[in-house]
Amino acid sequence: MALFESILFATVVAGTPLAIVGLGQLIAEKSGVLNLGAEGMMATGAIAGFAIAYETQSVWLGMGAAMIAGAILAGLFAFVVLTLLGNQVATGLALSIFGVGLSAFAGKPYESKILPSPQVLEIPLLSDIPVVGPALFQHTWPVYFSWVLLGAMMWFLYRSRGGLILRAVGESPHSAHTVGFPVIRIRYLATLFGGAMAGMGGAFLSVFVTPLWAEGMVAGRGWIAIALVVFATWRPLRVVLGAYLFGGVLITQLFIQGSGMAIEIPAQILSALPYLVTIVVLVIISRNPNTVRLNAPVSLGRPYRPDA
Amino acid sequence: MSFSLKMALLGLSMAAMVGAAAAKDSIGFVYVSPVGDAGWTYQHDLARQQVERELGVETRFVESVSEGPDAERVIRDMAKRGDKVVFATSFGFMNYALKVSKSFPNTAFVHVTGYKMGKNMGLVNARFYEGRYLTGVIAGEMTDSDVLGYVAAFPIPEVLQGINAFTKGARSVNPDVEVRVIWVNSWHDPGKERAAALSLLEQDADIITHHTDSTAVVQAAEEKGKYAFGYHSDMSKYGPNAHLTAATHHWGEHYVKTVQAAQAGVWKPTNVWGGYPEGMVKLAPMNKAIPAPLQARIKAMEAQLRAGTLHPFSGPVVKQSGEVVIPAGETMDDGGLNAMNYYVQGVVSKLPKN
Repeated sequence: MALFESILFATVVAGTPLAIVGLGQLIAEKSGVLNLGAEGMMATGAIAGFAIAYETQSVWLGMGAAMIAGAILAGLFAFVVLTLLGNQVATGLALSIFGVGLSAFAGKPYESKILPSPQVLEIPLLSDIPVVGPALFQHTWPVYFSWVLLGAMMWFLYRSRGGLILRAVGESPHSAHTVGFPVIRIRYLATLFGGAMAGMGGAFLSVFVTPLWAEGMVAGRGWIAIALVVFATWRPLRVVLGAYLFGGVLITQLFIQGSGMAIEIPAQILSALPYLVTIVVLVIISRNPNTVRLNAPVSLGRPYRPDA
Repeated sequence: MSFSLKMALLGLSMAAMVGAAAAKDSIGFVYVSPVGDAGWTYQHDLARQQVERELGVETRFVESVSEGPDAERVIRDMAKRGDKVVFATSFGFMNYALKVSKSFPNTAFVHVTGYKMGKNMGLVNARFYEGRYLTGVIAGEMTDSDVLGYVAAFPIPEVLQGINAFTKGARSVNPDVEVRVIWVNSWHDPGKERAAALSLLEQDADIITHHTDSTAVVQAAEEKGKYAFGYHSDMSKYGPNAHLTAATHHWGEHYVKTVQAAQAGVWKPTNVWGGYPEGMVKLAPMNKAIPAPLQARIKAMEAQLRAGTLHPFSGPVVKQSGEVVIPAGETMDDGGLNAMNYYVQGVVSKLPKN
C-alpha cells in the first residue's frame, strides 16, 4: 500500500470505535439521557467480546455478547436514573469507574490470550478503485457497520416518525407525555441502544483491532466519544466526521514520527494535536448558536417523573 | 473468599507452630500491575516464585496497586503482618516505602528502580540497556531495509538508554542503519502501540521493538510478516515467527540473596544496579530465523558482558548533533547513564523536549 492509502486506512480503523460509540451515545442523549459511563461500557464490552470470541472462536457471538454486556450496564444505569431518578452525571461517572474495574476483574483469565487476525471483508468492485479502494473498502465488518449505522440514524432521526418521537422526548418530556408517548420506556430503549453500541465499540478494539485483551486498553476513548457528541452538536454526520478527524490527526502524527523526519515539535504536542484539531474544527463548523440550540436536546440530563 | 480462607488457615497453622518449630518467615511483594503472562510485573512474580522455591519461605503479593496513597496502606499492612522483607516493585512506590520503612526498623525494604535509600531500605535496578545492545546487533545484521523502528512511551533516561544502546548495537555492525522512534506518550494503550508499529512497518522499517507494556507491537510484526524484539519477558508466543528474541529481566537471584541475608540477620541496605554479570538481564531464546553464526556471536558477546569486557556505552558516544559525549577509549559512568537526555547518532527522529 502506498503511504497515503496506509494513513487513510489506519485513520478509518482509529476512528471507527469512536464513531460507533458516539452514535450510540447520540441516540441516548437525543432522548434526554446523559450517560457518562461510555468508558466503562466500552471496557466491559471489550472483555465480554474478547472472552466469548475466544471461547467460541466466533467473532459474531463475541460481538453479540459485547453488545449485551454494554446494554446490561446501560440498563443498570437507566434503572438508577430513570426509575429511581438518580443524578445522571454522578451515576454515569460511577458506571464508568465500575465498568473499568469490572472489566479488569473479569478479564484476568484472558490477559495473555490472543485471537486469530480477524477476517477482512473486501467489497467487490469498490475495493478496486485506486487509492480509495484499498483504504476504505478492505476493512473488517464493524467498519462497514458504522457507515450503515450512520445512514440508518440520519434517516431515523430526521425522516421517521420514531425519530421525531425520540427527539420530542428529549426536547420536552412533559409535552411528549401529555400527547401519550411512554417517555420513560423510550428513554430506557435509547439508553440500552447507547450501551449496546458502546459495548460493540469496545469489542471492536479488543476483537478486531489489536486483537488482544489488556486491562485499561480502552484508554480514554469512551470520554472522547462523549465529547465528540457535544462538539458535533448532536448531529450524526458530524460525530462521524469528528471521529475520523481525531483518528486522522492521531495516525498522521504517528506516521510523521515514523517517517524519521527531523521535526522539532515536541511529541507531547503531537499527542495533544488530535484533541485540539478536532475541537477547533467542530467548534468552527458548529459555531452558529441557533443551530446549536436547535440540535441540543433541551432536557438533557434532567430527571423526569411522569406523574409530576 | 479464598483469601479470607487462606488467612484463616494461615492463622491456624501459625498458632499450631507457636509451640513447635519456628514459623516460616514471610516475604511481601507489591506489584503495580496485574501479574498476567508477560511483562514487568510477571518477571517480578517469577522472582517471587524462585524465592519461595529455593528458601521455603511464605510469600504473599498484592497486584495492581496504584502508585498513590494506597501503596502506603499495602506496604504498611505487609510490614505489620510481620513480613521479613517487603519488595516494592515500581518506581512510584518509592516515597511510600521509605515512609513505612521508618516505622518498621526491623523489616527490610527493597525498592525497585528508585533513587532514595533508607536505613532499612535498599534499592535495585537492572541495566536493561545491555540486552537492548545485543538486540541492536541482531537487528543491524538482519535488516534488509536498514531502517529499524522503536515504539516508546516517555522520554526518560531509562527509555533513552534502551533506544541509544539498541542504535549503538545496530550501528556497530551496520553503519548505514537508521533508527526511527515513535513516542506514544502512554505506557499502556495497545490500540495506539499497534498503530505506531504499523506506521513504522509501512514506512520501510523491517524490524521493530518497543518500550511500552503490551504485546501489541510483536503481534503487529507477526501479522505483517516482519521481525520484532520483545521486552521484559519472552513474548515469542505472541509472534512465533516475528519474535527474534527479547531483552528480559531476572530479579530472582537478587531477591533470594536479600531474603537469605535478612533471615541470617546480616542484611544491610544496598544499591544494586545489576546487569549481565549479576544475571539480572538476559536474552530470551533466539529465533531459528537468526543465522547460527550470528547466534554464536551473540552468545560470545553475552559472555563478554558477563565478564565486564563489553560495555554498550563505551566511547565513542556521539550525540545526533555530532557532539562527542564520551571519546573513544573511555566508558560512560553511571552518572552519565542516569542523566541521558539525548539521542546518539543513528537515531533519525528528533527528541521531544521535555
